[in-house]
Amino acid sequence: MELVVVTAGTSDPSSTRMLADRTAQKVAELAGQRGGEVRVRVIDLRELATEVTTALISPMVGPKLEKAIAALREADGVIAATPVFKAGASGLFTSFFQVLENDLLIAKPIVLAATAGTARHGLVVDDQMRSLFGYLRSMVAPTSLFAAPEDWSDPALNKRIERAALELLLLMESDFASKVEWRSYNHEDSNDFAIDLDSDLMRLAAGGS
Amino acid sequence: MQFGVFSVSDITRDPVSGHTPSEAERIDAVVRIAQKAEEVGLDVFAIGEHHNPPFFSSSPTTLLSHIAATTERLIVSTATTLITTNDPVRIAEEYAMLQHLSKGRMDLMMGRGNTAPVYPWFGQDIRQGLPLALENYNLLHRLWREDVVDWEGRFRTALQGFTSTPRPLDDVPPFVWHGSIRTPEIAEQAAFYGDGFFANHIFWPKEHFMRLINFYRQRYAHHGHGTEKQAIVGLGGQAYIARRSQDAIKEFRPYFNEAPVYGHGPSMEDFMESTPLTVGSPQEVIDKTLTFREHFGDYQRQMFLIDHAGLPLKTVLNQLDLLGEEVVPVLRKELEARRDPEAAEAPTHAARVKAKYGDQAPRQPRPNANRGDNVTGGSPYQDSQ
Repeated sequence: MELVVVTAGTSDPSSTRMLADRTAQKVAELAGQRGGEVRVRVIDLRELATEVTTALISPMVGPKLEKAIAALREADGVIAATPVFKAGASGLFTSFFQVLENDLLIAKPIVLAATAGTARHGLVVDDQMRSLFGYLRSMVAPTSLFAAPEDWSDPALNKRIERAALELLLLMESDFASKVEWRSYNHEDSNDFAIDLDSDLMRLAAGGS
Repeated sequence: MQFGVFSVSDITRDPVSGHTPSEAERIDAVVRIAQKAEEVGLDVFAIGEHHNPPFFSSSPTTLLSHIAATTERLIVSTATTLITTNDPVRIAEEYAMLQHLSKGRMDLMMGRGNTAPVYPWFGQDIRQGLPLALENYNLLHRLWREDVVDWEGRFRTALQGFTSTPRPLDDVPPFVWHGSIRTPEIAEQAAFYGDGFFANHIFWPKEHFMRLINFYRQRYAHHGHGTEKQAIVGLGGQAYIARRSQDAIKEFRPYFNEAPVYGHGPSMEDFMESTPLTVGSPQEVIDKTLTFREHFGDYQRQMFLIDHAGLPLKTVLNQLDLLGEEVVPVLRKELEARRDPEAAEAPTHAARVKAKYGDQAPRQPRPNANRGDNVTGGSPYQDSQ
């Protein structure tokens, strides 16, 4: 199975990337124990920053962004991680998901993760990020991850990582994303180009009323 | 195969000189560009339609009729005519008039328009844009083919016994292209009526348009107008040409960087990589344009965007010289040599008259004496019941 990590961490290595990587490793490890195999690919949004802003203001989708979209399209599961800036997810993180086609992530299992300089940002993940993925109709795992500086020395973080990883793996194994009636969602993925010749508009196009 | 230029009609500040042309200057310049297109041997000039600054082209048929009057061979066309915010009755009348005055040297391209505020200025709603476009065209198609139309739809008042005048030249409706960048319904409508399909092709990677054009070709065949290869396809392109490619890049970059739509966004190199834009020598433009046929199959019309983003008239005329003298003659030869014999010819009025009448004389409708309305009696024309 394919697992894609999307991280908007800024430094190298960043704590955001670290949190995402540890979660991804845990997913792979648990899958191994259950006789499965998970391949991890990382999309580091830092490298896509200019292409993401270009896509926000023009119809151009750059080659790196195109590759990232293709990786997400094929992903069986996603870990989406961002630092918190000014009481919200990084603008780069939000912009990236805003330029994706609305239906790219329909029903995909996702673990949300954020890091911050203070525990006061703790609700950003469940209060703000969840609604974005709700709009994208993704399958967000019940446990989301948040790490303030003090969490890195608290074994409870590892427990939460393990819990989130198992939830993600189970959702991936269930194959939920491909079992839902994808066609029944309002969708616009131009790569799919599924056309319903029986729609009212298609009948109107063919001279009907 | 027809080659031409199409203009958006933007009035953009020249980022090099700092000069913003007046509306008067830009309108005169566009007329000159169209005339020059004929002088250098191109076949088509097309103008967009916009109803807001910084564009001037709110009245395309007025402009095109003037251009047709001052040229001899050039086909005048649109890119696009708004099938949403224009009343299809007015489109039928205005473009039939243009067809008469240009002696058939015209066609037009339908487009929806994506500027939301424009719709309410004309009593429409962009949220209904697609059904509005489809319904309006269904009506337009009949207005040019039936002397008397009874009609009822969702978006405009019903018509009882309406005759659109003048009837099309030789009673052969203007050829119609349907322009679309992502809407299969528009491709379906083009296919259903056996009309042309035009892919603007400028901003998106080719794969995007290949799907739409393939769908149009399949449906063209499905609806019985011919084979997939016989479907009628037009493509947009964009070029800036200089004899040496480093000069082209140097000269065009400031215009690219500040161009409306994509300026301040992608680099020119990235944009060239993933869109049809070529900035380079005549040979580079030729090479890139020849790849279009490989992707989309034999096609009937190639349009180039060359006059936007504040490029001064002198530069545009120079571009036309290079396009007409060095690029298009080679493209004509190369494309002709590669052309599948089954592929359709480019649409012209003469060919359409021939297709309809063979060697017979075309119908020339003559009205009966004024009856005060269109409803009483039979046909308003002498030659039909």
